[in-house]
Amino acid sequence: MAQATVHGEHEPTTTGLNHRKMLMWAFLGSDCMFFGTLIATYLVYKNRSIAGPMPEDVFSIPVTTVSTFVLLMSSMSMVLAYAALTRNSMKTFRIWLASTAILGMTFVGFQVFEFTVFANHEVVVKCADVGVVELTSVERKVAEKCGTADEHDGKVEETVGLTPRTNLFGSTFFTLTGFHGAHVSLGIVWLLSLFFLSFKKGGVTPEKNLDVDLAALYWHFVDIVWIVIFTVVYLFGVFPGF
Amino acid sequence: MTQEHSEEVHTGHPTPLTYFKVAMILSVITAIEFGIFYVEWIGHAIIPILTILSVAKFMLVVMFYMHLRYDRVSISILGKDFPIFSLLFVGGLVVSAGVVFALMGLFEFFTG
Repeated sequence: MAQATVHGEHEPTTTGLNHRKMLMWAFLGSDCMFFGTLIATYLVYKNRSIAGPMPEDVFSIPVTTVSTFVLLMSSMSMVLAYAALTRNSMKTFRIWLASTAILGMTFVGFQVFEFTVFANHEVVVKCADVGVVELTSVERKVAEKCGTADEHDGKVEETVGLTPRTNLFGSTFFTLTGFHGAHVSLGIVWLLSLFFLSFKKGGVTPEKNLDVDLAALYWHFVDIVWIVIFTVVYLFGVFPGF
Repeated sequence: MTQEHSEEVHTGHPTPLTYFKVAMILSVITAIEFGIFYVEWIGHAIIPILTILSVAKFMLVVMFYMHLRYDRVSISILGKDFPIFSLLFVGGLVVSAGVVFALMGLFEFFTG
């Protein structure tokens, strides 16, 4: 028989625990499984694409590292917003909360930029490099145009965009990162709601800090999911042989 | 006992300075991940190295920012206390990891 041993400041419940917080942790646990299946699907299908582009053709690790840093810093500003609220410093709370939302929007901006670049990915191959330099599968395909009417100034080029319909890598990659981006976008709406609500009398108060605590837990969760995606999808994705 | 530490003990949550320090550690680890990625002679050893660094970042956020290190809300099951929020989250995480490895095994990811 389960029995709660700690009582917080909340309405009486059958377990003695705060049900909203319990629900949030249960949701985060289940969301782990959701992203786990998406990551597994990505890994399983990554090397089974018949045609390119492949991860090494499109990923830009420096750009993704910067967007990762932005999301990590948003986690810091979120936790500082919560700390400010518990200290009854509403002005500081609003500054940190707005910073978190802005950093979140910057991250989504990076993702939109990345998706656009992937969709319009252009491959240029110097025909003199064929057989000399190691080419990727997509570059080899474009290089087949060398010696034809498509060759100009010793080069051939072709737009080989990556979309969800291009190959298995594209389908699984966009599904995984798209769902993560949707989570971040939802989080931004949540944070902005709290920000505007904080101007209403009694909307967001230190006594009702659980409202912000739950939003913070959600925000940190999307951060840790990205930590895994950055390593498994991006860094391992470009590493040959994984 | 330092003032910062005593405040931690009193409120049950870290101080803003601790949050800042954690953010700096996270930034440094991300920079190391980025740097290591371009060191070619490491070879396949890069996979366990990056995994460890990623797990470290994951743990730092979960323990300090999500406050699981300070999870004192326990539930008593058969006379034994368990931190309930950690149990809910880690439970989901373990099932998730199981699903990932089961799917990878099922689709011959490890055997090629």
